Amino acid sequence: MPDKPDRNAIEVVNVSKIFGSGEGQVAALDTVSVSIRENEFFTLLGPSGCGKTTLLRLIAGFDFPTAGEILLYGQDIAPLPPFKRPVNTVFQSYALFPHMTVADNIGFGLEMLGKPKAEIKARVAEMLKLVKMEALAGRRTSQISGGQQQRVALARALAPQPKVLLLDEPLSALDYKLRKEMQIELKRLQHETGITFIFVTHDQEEALTMSDRIAVMSSGKILQVGSPWDIYDKPAERFVADFIGETNFLTAAISEMANGKARATLKSGATIEATVAQGFQPKPNATVVVRPEHAKLTKAKGELSGRVDNIVYFGTDTHIHVHLDSGELFTVRQQNTRSAGCGFEKGDAVGILIGSDAAQVLKD
Amino acid sequence: MAKNFSIKHQPGFSAIAATCFIVLYLPIIVLVIYAFNAASSTSEWGGFSLKWFQSAWQNTQVVDATLRSFQIGSIAAVLSTIFATMAALATTRTASYPGLTFKYAAINQPLMVPEIVTGVALLIFFSRIKIFTGYSGIGYLVAAHTAFCIPFAYLPIRARLENMDLTLERAAADLYATPWKTFRRITLPLLWPGILAGLMLAFVISLDDVVITEFVKSGGQDTLPTYMLGQIRRGITPEINAISTAFLLLSVAIVTLFFFVSRKRD
Repeated sequence: MPDKPDRNAIEVVNVSKIFGSGEGQVAALDTVSVSIRENEFFTLLGPSGCGKTTLLRLIAGFDFPTAGEILLYGQDIAPLPPFKRPVNTVFQSYALFPHMTVADNIGFGLEMLGKPKAEIKARVAEMLKLVKMEALAGRRTSQISGGQQQRVALARALAPQPKVLLLDEPLSALDYKLRKEMQIELKRLQHETGITFIFVTHDQEEALTMSDRIAVMSSGKILQVGSPWDIYDKPAERFVADFIGETNFLTAAISEMANGKARATLKSGATIEATVAQGFQPKPNATVVVRPEHAKLTKAKGELSGRVDNIVYFGTDTHIHVHLDSGELFTVRQQNTRSAGCGFEKGDAVGILIGSDAAQVLKD
Repeated sequence: MAKNFSIKHQPGFSAIAATCFIVLYLPIIVLVIYAFNAASSTSEWGGFSLKWFQSAWQNTQVVDATLRSFQIGSIAAVLSTIFATMAALATTRTASYPGLTFKYAAINQPLMVPEIVTGVALLIFFSRIKIFTGYSGIGYLVAAHTAFCIPFAYLPIRARLENMDLTLERAAADLYATPWKTFRRITLPLLWPGILAGLMLAFVISLDDVVITEFVKSGGQDTLPTYMLGQIRRGITPEINAISTAFLLLSVAIVTLFFFVSRKRD
């Protein structure tokens, strides 16, 4: 990312969070380290219970780490209470103050910081304009829709110009269309304000479309950090490959490893080129992943062969499930055209062509 | 499909309901009617008159007792509501821990201990203090009323706090509000209907008390209910009916207000 400065806004250093004690203790976060750059749209992605919200709460100050440091521009903020951290949060439930107007909600943070009235007024007006809510400034928060509440929550958190904005699954309560709109809106806001965003979600599509970088989390650990492209096309381990998108897992023997590339000999006997995940240790049965859209079905011979098991039509594309001769299952995604059919029938003997840059060897 | 089950359609429902209402309200209705009796009997009707209201109004003992009731009631209501608010905050704004249930029980203890027991206990306890300090003012009654009003003030406040979204306080802290500012700007305004409800309930409970007051009061410290009790011992005139009627109206007014305040959400 050449246009992003290298300064780190947040550095999480060996942070652990343990809940409970004795036999019943659970590590919500297990020695997690991650650096989040200034001005970055950074996403913590993972299934529920993976620790992503816990990490966000530690950065916000609603909870304190059992061990480790959280640095904000080099300064350890882990022991500070939330009201002493220049970090603001957009809550999943929005948490707008029901006894205040939209404008009072947005101005609350500035008021607590003791800013002069004129400055608060100007800043609130600016924020209302930013989220396109000028017309509703005097409304109670119970008198506006869910999407509008979302905008107010964003404006309220952005108004004090925090160094980092934390967003805890803020779009999960919106319907599909509004969510799509807000995704674009969030990207715009991040771009216009230049504030570092840390976004928590369990929605992989949301993470891929919005983020500069993504950290995939599972069971209190960060498994992989990278750009959406890295995470999708070069997953390091099985959990990441499986959690994001659909993928095919094949067993292979790896040889001629050099410069992050290698040759993978599949069970069918065919050999394909593959990129290798960092940290891969040579072993007899390695796992290779191929995305369904990076393989092609043919009636002639391919790297793999098998029989069509099932055909599922999705409008934009068709998924063809193939039972390989090796016993494994493989899905091919084929773009649809308007001419009828995908060209294959259930039970057809088919070959599968795997492109030269389609396979990735996982480290586990 | 049969209609939804409704108790209203069971045989005898109307008759039972009517009987209950009569048993509950007939004595009160009779009492109210005889407050307007021109004769000085509580059983023989001698025509309509407001003279007993007038006589009660001019009776300095009645006025005195009423003012004392209001004085004790308002001080006790305010004090007990303050204590109840603090107790409610302490018992809801915390993670559950062993002993929390015991604290609920301790706060609600005056609801469970028979009033007569509290009355006797306070009589003995306060008499020692009286001897020791020489003070025999209204403070004893205020203290006693405050104590038994706490659970009544506590319940609506706690209910309100339990329904409040904790994220709101977290959001305030996130927006640079110190704990005290969070309490003043977020918790207190949202809690206000609960506090008002608690205050009114405590006031009504204090106004109404006979047993504990009877034990704790010193000479010349009659409240309205204990004054009425004393008068009845000497034979009843419709003046008592008039006082009761006024008292009834006041209580109904306050309880109605309580209903509307506690029903108000957000």
